[in-house]
Amino acid sequence: MREEWTGFTPHKWDKEINVRDFIQNNYTPYDGDESFLAGPTQATKDLWAQVMDLTKKEREAGGVLDMDTKVISTITSHGPGYLDKSKEKIVGFQTDKPFKRSLQPYGGIRMAEKACSDNGYEVDPEISEFFSTHRKTHNAGCFDAYNPEMRACRSSHIITGLPDAYGRGRIIGDYRRVALYGIDRLIEDKEEQKASTGRVMTDDVIRLREELSEQMIALKLMKEMAASYGIDISKPAKNVQEAIQFTYFGYLSAVKEQNGAAMSLGRTSTFIDCFAERDLKNGTFTEEEIQEFVDHFIMKLRCIKFARTPEYNQIFAGDPVWVTESLGGVGVDGRHMVTKTSFRYLHTLENLGTAPEPNLTVLWSPRLPEGWKKYCAKISITTSSIQYENDELMRPVHGDDYGIACCVSSMVIGKQMQFFGARANLAKCLLYALNGGIDEVTKKQVGPKYRPVTGDILDYDDVLAKFYDMIEWQADVYVNTLNIIHYMHDKYCYERAQMALHDRDVLRYFATGVAGLSIVADSLSAIKYAQVKVIRDEDGIITDFETTGEFPKYGNDDDRVDEIAQMIVHKFMTAVRRHHTYRNGVPTTSILTITSNVTYGKATGNTPDGRKKGQPFAPGANPMHGRDTHGAVASLSSVSKLPYNDAQDGISNTFTIIPGALGKEDKVFAGDIEIDLNK
Amino acid sequence: MKAHIHSLESFGTVDGPGTRFVIFFQGCPMRCKYCHNPDTWSPAGGTLMTVDEILEHYERNRSFYEKGGITTTGGEPMMQIDFLIELYEECKKRGIHTCLDTSGIIFNSDIPENVEKTSRLLDSTDLVMLDIKHIDPAHHMDLCKQPNDQILKFAQFVSEKGVELWIRHVVVPSITDDDKYLEELGYFIGSLKTLKALDVLPYHTMGVKKYEELGIDYPLKGIPPMDKDKLLDKKQRILEGIKRRRAESE
Repeated sequence: MREEWTGFTPHKWDKEINVRDFIQNNYTPYDGDESFLAGPTQATKDLWAQVMDLTKKEREAGGVLDMDTKVISTITSHGPGYLDKSKEKIVGFQTDKPFKRSLQPYGGIRMAEKACSDNGYEVDPEISEFFSTHRKTHNAGCFDAYNPEMRACRSSHIITGLPDAYGRGRIIGDYRRVALYGIDRLIEDKEEQKASTGRVMTDDVIRLREELSEQMIALKLMKEMAASYGIDISKPAKNVQEAIQFTYFGYLSAVKEQNGAAMSLGRTSTFIDCFAERDLKNGTFTEEEIQEFVDHFIMKLRCIKFARTPEYNQIFAGDPVWVTESLGGVGVDGRHMVTKTSFRYLHTLENLGTAPEPNLTVLWSPRLPEGWKKYCAKISITTSSIQYENDELMRPVHGDDYGIACCVSSMVIGKQMQFFGARANLAKCLLYALNGGIDEVTKKQVGPKYRPVTGDILDYDDVLAKFYDMIEWQADVYVNTLNIIHYMHDKYCYERAQMALHDRDVLRYFATGVAGLSIVADSLSAIKYAQVKVIRDEDGIITDFETTGEFPKYGNDDDRVDEIAQMIVHKFMTAVRRHHTYRNGVPTTSILTITSNVTYGKATGNTPDGRKKGQPFAPGANPMHGRDTHGAVASLSSVSKLPYNDAQDGISNTFTIIPGALGKEDKVFAGDIEIDLNK
Repeated sequence: MKAHIHSLESFGTVDGPGTRFVIFFQGCPMRCKYCHNPDTWSPAGGTLMTVDEILEHYERNRSFYEKGGITTTGGEPMMQIDFLIELYEECKKRGIHTCLDTSGIIFNSDIPENVEKTSRLLDSTDLVMLDIKHIDPAHHMDLCKQPNDQILKFAQFVSEKGVELWIRHVVVPSITDDDKYLEELGYFIGSLKTLKALDVLPYHTMGVKKYEELGIDYPLKGIPPMDKDKLLDKKQRILEGIKRRRAESE
């Protein structure tokens, strides 16, 4: 075994690239509480004060402090950047200084130009000229191939948020590989992979060989970039500080080259803990030092920034990076995967204060240890910064080394990736079904000229049949559009750094998504159980509704409407599954518009459930605001009935509750312990 | 048998341990000045429901209540004690944790039938949350329009039956915040062997709106909500009383 691995238990991982096998044979589950944790060091406090100061200046400057307009960002395009070199235990910025946003034109030059100009900067004219004349971008490629129908769907917002002008994201490199194996071993592995490709030069083989070459270049550049910081990542990490640093360099390489819609980190804490435990045992580092490494790592993740346009920020309600890190969960052998370092990650929310990034996501299971559950609850209460996801649901599908990309997209780290596909507006689709493909806002014929609804009172069976036909059409144009997008992204904006940290043969999820589920469920319920009269405008287009009578609403654990919601998801997914997908992607769908539900609402007319034109959709799979009247459990039950098999890319429910409704304040409530103590 | 049910809450987190399914019963003989559920006073209103109908709602979402159970509250659930016995005995058959949130006002130690029924109910009760409004008889009468002697006897009865007991007490500025009585209250509950927790609740004015809707004069007009920081001190007074009693009995 290699010298750097001394103290670790060998199995398969020391002979092949297999991080999961390393973790399973070397991690130490931690059952205790948070009392071992260390507070921030002086260096941590100083550095964080600097970050807070820069954040303030950035806000005062209108949202952007500095932008690169001349240097196209690559892994090695910029020299090293620091906050304060003497204090930083984990180093590395996207450019040569903190808070300076990099220039990434491969997704689309117009988007890059607009991101600059909207913030008061101008891209170097030579670069603009180059990317308009000599080198095509992903965005240009998409529009070269789109047909008129796709363009119409795009501008009428029946399909929305398509990643055709910016990086698709949602790919997680197995950044841990850099730490466990070192770059040289990974290059060796990629060379073997390239030598193992098929002998007949089909399109697929040619593309794979070219991609593997690109990946090897990326690996070499990573080594070079690390060297510019005076760090050698050619060999495996020797201790926990190096393990964190190397992992971060892997991630940093990815965000230097990709301004993706979500640039997630993966599942690193329990991996890092194997090194931490070894160092603690050997006396290499103290708890305080290890926490400092973790704090500095998280601090760096909080400083990841991209150049984006105000429109983009509007869709995503801010400027999210989605540095999602998945914590905890249970292994397939039944041992939970919570370690001391899982605690250390959450503890950064106390040491550095609360923050939305990295998006710390706890993979929840009833089998997690009590100490961890309590600590999660405590940090949730004090910081509101933890996301929770159901490990019980995902483990049977993905095993125990999956991570979350963005907010809910699960994938096995280093073995699976996703083609991000934004979402289809189902509420609009229902209106198209009523109006025979005519858009209710623009009055243009966007969808196919199917027979519209005649008569004044909507008939459930008639509407449902028409809606199903329209869903088939919507799925058809949607999947075809995505096929073009991902073809072009691979061609012009390939994620070589992230894919270098994947196996040769990856499973590609072909992700789609839906918006407006609760609106459609309630609308169909209204049509079925109440009476919905249509109101037509002067052109005979249905633009409003008059609903009389009561009808069951999604969000109240009422099967009459909840089954409609389930049926819609199943129907949509079935329609998607019938299509050819680029690179044989495995189709999935998500119900997760956490922020963009507002913009989708703006583009959609009145709906039969009583929602008015322009009003926001409910986020994700949420019931419509105020319609769930039977308490939280009933509301959650409606959501939990949605079929995961038909929405494997994730179902999200945004749940807000006032703290007082979640339990007693411990100061006021004297439980048995206190009374016993007072005996 | 059917009971008059005011409403069901699927996500109760402040009425007993864990996440609980809370059943609000219709009807209450007390007229506490700070009552925030005046809509449950009338014994006639609400929806008529059977035990099975109620538990059907529970069973649908059973997994949410694994560390909780059901809580009956109101109104005063013990007004419909026959139904309550049926409900609780069914819960015990199904392994559901039962919590009785009560004012204790229905108990009467002088009527054998009452004692017998209460005893039977407590046999299938896991936890009693008893809200003692005031320790002093005269003040209690003024505050709730009912005497408190049987309420205190009920507390002792629960303790003797070996059923776990939480004592609740609402602190209302100028009405139930007198240190002397708080300590006296503590001194009384310090004698209760099955006492497990003390739940001191700050008076709030969220009930005012309901009074307006019902067209009833709000009796505590002008009294501000209880200050949370002061509440900690009030809780301490009760704990002092408990300590004093326990020191004596050692």
